[in-house]
Amino acid sequence: MILYWIGSLVVLLVILPVVIYLLRGVLETAQTIVPSVQRIGAAAAAGSKDLDAVPLLLTTQEQAIKTIETVADYGGSLDVIIDDA
Amino acid sequence: MPAPGVVLAVAVVLIVAAMVYYLVSTIVALRQITQGLDQAIASVGEIIEKTAPVEPVVSTINAHLDAGVDALEGLLVKKAGLTDAVGLLDGLYPGAGAQGLRNYPDAATIKPPRIAEVYTRGVLTLARLGREAPIAAASPEGPVLRHAARAAAQTRMLYPHERQLRPANLDRSPVIGSDSPVQYEPAQTPGVRVMRVGTPAQPTPETETEGAA
Repeated sequence: MILYWIGSLVVLLVILPVVIYLLRGVLETAQTIVPSVQRIGAAAAAGSKDLDAVPLLLTTQEQAIKTIETVADYGGSLDVIIDDA
Repeated sequence: MPAPGVVLAVAVVLIVAAMVYYLVSTIVALRQITQGLDQAIASVGEIIEKTAPVEPVVSTINAHLDAGVDALEGLLVKKAGLTDAVGLLDGLYPGAGAQGLRNYPDAATIKPPRIAEVYTRGVLTLARLGREAPIAAASPEGPVLRHAARAAAQTRMLYPHERQLRPANLDRSPVIGSDSPVQYEPAQTPGVRVMRVGTPAQPTPETETEGAA
């Protein structure tokens, strides 16, 4: 009977606090991860939105090609009308 | 049931209740984490998708710009010569001569001549005429003579024998009025002046016609 009492009290006074302590630690750790993950998601969404202008690079590419072609035309004309050094 | 059994049963119930509470809370937190990660992964996927064509586009732009730079450098060196090309670049962009030209590594070792410090209309005209503008020879150590708005006077001073031969003072305009040194009688008829005594008669169109006949 004494051992029965001791076992019951150990379960109540030792095992229960240890279980609560461990589970509470896991919960607090998980809850601290949540805002970090939400910030990561918000940053990734903002980064994706910032890249909406990337398709304009195609226009930039076309303009650069046209500009270089114009410069090449001018250069060819100058090559004809100006004597070499 | 004996008393120790009751205590043990209460302890087990409390343990189970605590486990249920904390584990459920943990599950909720993990689900929020999962949702946040899903959102982040979706956004990262969009980023990867949007940035996929950047590399070839930028490479194409750089390739064309490189070709343009090569062509312009080659044209400049071909037309002006390497030394004058470096001087021209250094005059337009001070310090650029030290960097040299990309396709001409020897250009960085050339001391840029001072040929681009004065490029006024007169100098450009002389350059078009094939004459060498003696800008650097006239003032090799002086300050920069270039004037952004108008540098004609400064340019003119570089050619004292060519630009300063005109008279300092031109003839003055004739004086008119009642007190002028030369007085003319007023005409009675437009185009016909009264003949003064002692002066020969001026031929009129009628007399000229008669004489010719």
